[in-house]
Amino acid sequence: MKHDGADKRRRRFLTAATTVVGGAGVAFLVVPFIAYWRPSARAEAAGAPVEVDITGLEKGQLINVEWRGNPVWIFRRDEETVDALETIDAQLVDPDSNDPQQPDYARNKYRSVKPEIMVLVGICTHLGCSPLFRPDETPEGMDREWIGGFFCPCHGSYFDLAGRVYRGVPANLNLVVPPYKFIDDDTILVGEDDEEEGVA
Amino acid sequence: MSETRSGGLVGWIDDRFPMSKMWREHLSEYYAPKNFNFWYYFGSLALLALVIQIISGIFLTMNYIPSEDRAFESVEYIMRDVEWGWLIRYIHTTGASAFFVVVYLHMFRALMYGSYQKPRELLWIFGCLIFVLLMAEAFMGYMLPWGQMSYWGGQVIISLFGAIPFLGPDLALWIRGDYVVSEVTLGRFFALHVAAVPLVIILLVVAHILALHEVGSNNPDGIDIKKNKDANGVPKDGIPFHPYYSVKDLVGVGVFFLFFSVVLFYVPDFFGLFIEAPNFEKANPLVTPDHIAPVWYFAAFYAILRAVPDTFGGVLLMGLAVLILFVLPWLDRGRVRSIRYRGFSFKVALGLFAVGFILLTYLGTQPATAMNVIMSRIGSVIYFGYFIFLFVYTAFGLERTKPLPERVTS
Repeated sequence: MKHDGADKRRRRFLTAATTVVGGAGVAFLVVPFIAYWRPSARAEAAGAPVEVDITGLEKGQLINVEWRGNPVWIFRRDEETVDALETIDAQLVDPDSNDPQQPDYARNKYRSVKPEIMVLVGICTHLGCSPLFRPDETPEGMDREWIGGFFCPCHGSYFDLAGRVYRGVPANLNLVVPPYKFIDDDTILVGEDDEEEGVA
Repeated sequence: MSETRSGGLVGWIDDRFPMSKMWREHLSEYYAPKNFNFWYYFGSLALLALVIQIISGIFLTMNYIPSEDRAFESVEYIMRDVEWGWLIRYIHTTGASAFFVVVYLHMFRALMYGSYQKPRELLWIFGCLIFVLLMAEAFMGYMLPWGQMSYWGGQVIISLFGAIPFLGPDLALWIRGDYVVSEVTLGRFFALHVAAVPLVIILLVVAHILALHEVGSNNPDGIDIKKNKDANGVPKDGIPFHPYYSVKDLVGVGVFFLFFSVVLFYVPDFFGLFIEAPNFEKANPLVTPDHIAPVWYFAAFYAILRAVPDTFGGVLLMGLAVLILFVLPWLDRGRVRSIRYRGFSFKVALGLFAVGFILLTYLGTQPATAMNVIMSRIGSVIYFGYFIFLFVYTAFGLERTKPLPERVTS
């Protein structure tokens, strides 16, 4: 055990103990460096709700507002469009909105509080591009009957006018419906609702 | 040490730092095979591209401001108001593409001549790591001008991490540091682009060269020149890197600068491939450009991503396309390195692989039409098929190779 007066066992123990203590220190020190990358207090605060006046919103018109830095679309659908939504169920991944991509009050066949007013986060669920609004014109590469909707130019995903995703495209989740509520008939508050935690 | 020490300043330094020793080991007495051909220019050219990027990058940093309001403006300022700013910036943008041209050719050389095979596995892995970091470096650099393509390209690539099950959304949020790509993201990418990643790349390049000099260079015949040494222990088919290859490489440098200058001075955006048109417009977080395409050097991997009709599946396959390179030395069980002596099917497969990669690169820059998606699937099958074929072909002894020469051919 002892060579030249050195106790190798003790020496190994001390080396191991020092390594463990030092390692623990390094592990603790890593935490602030990783946490440094998390959203700052200012970024968190920027997520405040946005009030939108929809008095002038015509049928078929879409307005783009910013909430948490994301585009949020608000558009008015006419009855025909709303009725047409049910005709394409078979072509959709999640026609009944089973995936938690919307608050509970928007989990219906229109994916909205009022059938004619649609509110969506305009970010493709595939990789975060903002899809293009194609209410009439059939988008490039679409070989099916087109009843209007959204087309993502980045990777070619299609969504209908309720933000529901078609089968066989890169995205496989419906567009997110943000929490929102009607303050009165013509004013929407995006980012806040009457439920506790309504964020989809 | 039996070597004679020189006196004077060199001797004084050599007593304190292995200057002459390093010179000999890596240049004047590093024996490289005498039969290097055209394909062996691209290693030194990659080093040159790195130097170009570092120097031009340092100068750009002096005027660039990584903020949401001023990033785009500061790049325009460099282009219009800073003396010769346009030149420095175009050197950097052209240099980025030139770097990838050179690196892709350098990698293809390794595939042709089996330079990844034993004993050069670690050398190859260092190279793959450099390639991955180079992609990260290029991606983050492309974000900095804060144009439309910078912004939306960044949005897409960061979302790739968001596609990972469970961890994904939190990971993407952590990378962005905000709910969307913003100034916070820009700031950290700037830090990584100008300091962290280049430092690691330089370290890996040093490791790559040290590993190369440890095992010795491969050559177009793929045979080991160290088996045939003269009385002094010098490989008979080896010639000192300096002056023979240092001078040869200078010719490559000259030709490289010729092409570089033509692009730099006549078509710096290279028809929208090196700098895409939407990037001349400031980032707008509310509107995605009609057609988003990555820069050409990412396009092949992007086409693979788009070929899969499932978000995570696409991300996985794209990641796999890069990672599979790392295990190539173990997939190829063949003992003959060079394409010159390998089986006919190998030649066909490698040719097909090259065509497939170019096809994918083209498709990645095109809109995602139904036809293009089908073509991308074919390209992806060819890409991965090459590696599967190579393993089956070599592991089950299906390859009929030609006899290897004793000495390198000229």
